[in-house]
Amino acid sequence: MMETAVPTVRITEPVPFKIEKVVPELPDCFTFSLTPSETKLPFVFAPGQFNMLYAFGHGEVPISLSGDPADTGKLIHTIRNVGSVTAALQKLKVGDSVGVRGPFGSSWPLEGARGRNVLIMAGGLGLAPLRSAIYYLLANRSEYGTISLLYGSRDPGSILFADELEEWSQKIHVGLTADSASPDWNGQVGVVTELLSQREIVPNTVALVCGPEIMMRFCAYALLDCGLLPADVYVSMERNMKCALGFCGRCQYGPYFVCHDGPVFSFDRVERLFKIREV
Amino acid sequence: MVKIRHINDLLAEAPLFEGMEPEQLAILAGCGKLAHFRPGEFLLKEGEEANQFFLIRHGEVALESHLPGGVLTVAKAGEENVVGYSWLFPPYRNQFDARATTDVDAIVLDGECLRGKTHKDHELGYQFMKRFAALMLQRMQAARRQLLDIYGQPNPENS
Amino acid sequence: MISAETTGPSSPAVCIAPPDLESLFESLKKQGYQLVGPTVQNGAIVYDTLESVTDLPIGWTEEQEAGTYRLKRRDDEALFGYTVGPHSWKKFLFPSQQRLWQGRKKGDGSFETLVDEEPAPRYAFVGVRACDLHAIQIQDQVFTGGSYQDPVYAANREDNFIVAVNCGQAAETCFCTSMNTGPRVDEGYDIALTEIIDSTSHYFVAEAGTERGNNLLAQIPARTAEPEDKRAAQACTEQAKAEIERFIDTTDVKELLYRNYNNPHWEELQQRCLACGNCTMVCPTCFCSKVEDTTDLTGQHAERWRSWDSCFTLDFSYVHGGSVRSSVKSRYRQWLTHKLATWVDQYGSSGCVGCGRCITWCPVGIDITEEVAAIRKSDKANTDG
Repeated sequence: MMETAVPTVRITEPVPFKIEKVVPELPDCFTFSLTPSETKLPFVFAPGQFNMLYAFGHGEVPISLSGDPADTGKLIHTIRNVGSVTAALQKLKVGDSVGVRGPFGSSWPLEGARGRNVLIMAGGLGLAPLRSAIYYLLANRSEYGTISLLYGSRDPGSILFADELEEWSQKIHVGLTADSASPDWNGQVGVVTELLSQREIVPNTVALVCGPEIMMRFCAYALLDCGLLPADVYVSMERNMKCALGFCGRCQYGPYFVCHDGPVFSFDRVERLFKIREV
Repeated sequence: MVKIRHINDLLAEAPLFEGMEPEQLAILAGCGKLAHFRPGEFLLKEGEEANQFFLIRHGEVALESHLPGGVLTVAKAGEENVVGYSWLFPPYRNQFDARATTDVDAIVLDGECLRGKTHKDHELGYQFMKRFAALMLQRMQAARRQLLDIYGQPNPENS
Repeated sequence: MISAETTGPSSPAVCIAPPDLESLFESLKKQGYQLVGPTVQNGAIVYDTLESVTDLPIGWTEEQEAGTYRLKRRDDEALFGYTVGPHSWKKFLFPSQQRLWQGRKKGDGSFETLVDEEPAPRYAFVGVRACDLHAIQIQDQVFTGGSYQDPVYAANREDNFIVAVNCGQAAETCFCTSMNTGPRVDEGYDIALTEIIDSTSHYFVAEAGTERGNNLLAQIPARTAEPEDKRAAQACTEQAKAEIERFIDTTDVKELLYRNYNNPHWEELQQRCLACGNCTMVCPTCFCSKVEDTTDLTGQHAERWRSWDSCFTLDFSYVHGGSVRSSVKSRYRQWLTHKLATWVDQYGSSGCVGCGRCITWCPVGIDITEEVAAIRKSDKANTDG
């Protein structure tokens, strides 16, 4: 039941895209808006998929698409500076080029969730791969039941897409919490699973979960304890990736290649792997 | 018969159960048995059904959570400490791994058995819960202090 | 990706005298093939370019055991009287260093990428063992059998001529019989040779496996194989089978490994395994790689190179926060479990062909057949979790 879009750019060599806009999100986190340099082809992707982004001469990193899938004229990627390639990307300015290969991987089960309730749980930067799903769900609002977003951040200063969260809260339920805060924070304090215990979870719900691995584990267990089936809980995994084509072998997770069997997995497929250390 | 009395004596010695009546201890002992763990063995595994708690007689147990890149130790339990609270209330799911870091001798108490006994005998239940609530309060306060330590520095990214 | 058609077992077998093997080589070269095969170099039988039959390891054999390899002279002049050395055919099909593309910055700030236009070599592999032939087919599945095709492998493999040689002997480390991969080749070859050598005779029984194999055999001096020739060929491979000492019980080996992720035996390997990665380098099916993006001093030219890598390195599983598999035991577990278990779910076959190279070339002599047996012995059905 995985919806995957076929790559629309070359898969072995990166294609240059121009940076048309840079949005600084957090001190170590920024969003690129990219437009094609060469081809005018519409870039089709499914929320949850990722591209390999190439900083010329430095290397490639897998970054989820975080923009609106309905807008096929540009690519939006929210990137965190955690290594040499992402540091090189952060130095780029409007007009510079970024190489793109993709899209790759499995996607959030938005087609299959039609007619059902959708619960989204995001932790930290995990909101970025989920944002494209949120755009899609809002654009097709009538096709879905209740839509809720529960978002936990390390502290109020690390909340991503704060303005959009405000907009979204007019249309869907948005629960926000921070692990720790100072007195000027009016919101909840605690981990995101506590937001879950405050909600009444209706039956026939599909859950999309994305964030650090420990967070996804705890959320998945909490969701199962609320009565969701493992097959209705989806997580997005991250592993070392170089080729994104299933050849370099680095992204293996048990029998799965995160680059093409994932990154989105239904929990029933990975529950046993989550429990094994260093797998 | 010998074994149950033995556990009875061990429970009577435990500071946790100080002040409980012998009849009450006997009921608890009926839900217990002895266990030994070698270093590295798991007493509890995160995510699995929580149906036991352990009173550590000898040795040390680490409460851990694993993540890509390593294992985090969130707490340790030594002699006379309790390991395992998730068996008390639904959803009865272990929240952490509990791993013996040394040889460990422990009294293992069966959760379902205990829940049944305390449900029937409310005085036993009160005595038991009173002690457990105190332990959990201690744990919660310790955990919050740990949080202050982790989050207490002003976030360098936000300054 | 094997482009030649397969003909049935009805193609008649022929017998070739050793000197006439040279005309087989000549015919292949005339057709534009680059001949590669076994030759003695630096104290080992490796695979390299062959100019003539005299380059073969004539009269050589090896002594192999866990952590041991040495060449030994035979008391005859057999051309293929050995088993396998440290090289496998992946050396040519999946080169250890490969430039994938070059990049060049353009005036407008963007860049272009250029792939090497040089045509891929047309290889004729001479001396392909049954185990190695299976390994090639396994790598065909890895590199060209999925939704993406690796263009480098596909180009190297296209029009690849295979002259297989059945084994007449086994090394101590061989266990192809456990993996159903030998000692006899069954399909996927153009020509299969069996070397018959004893005190009175020395010749080859040759069979074609494809139309073009047949055509090539027709060009060289040969006589039709008599029943006693075919019996002698059969006896050869039976001899190899009889010499096999090692064994893996492959019954349910996938399920066995899947339920033993937490078996304490992995801890034991931590004490011995050096994580040197030799096993992955010599294994004919291991395919993991890394890429390196480089640039020149001006920053205007970039290159991307692919090279062999090993799941035994710490970097292999690095994600932000650290390596997923930081302990050596988790890396050994990954290699063994991938080779014998997850490979089956990924590609439909085992990843191991029983060539024994990992046993021979492990500096501390870790033996995959012993490790599986140890896991089986200490198997606890409810170990998982």
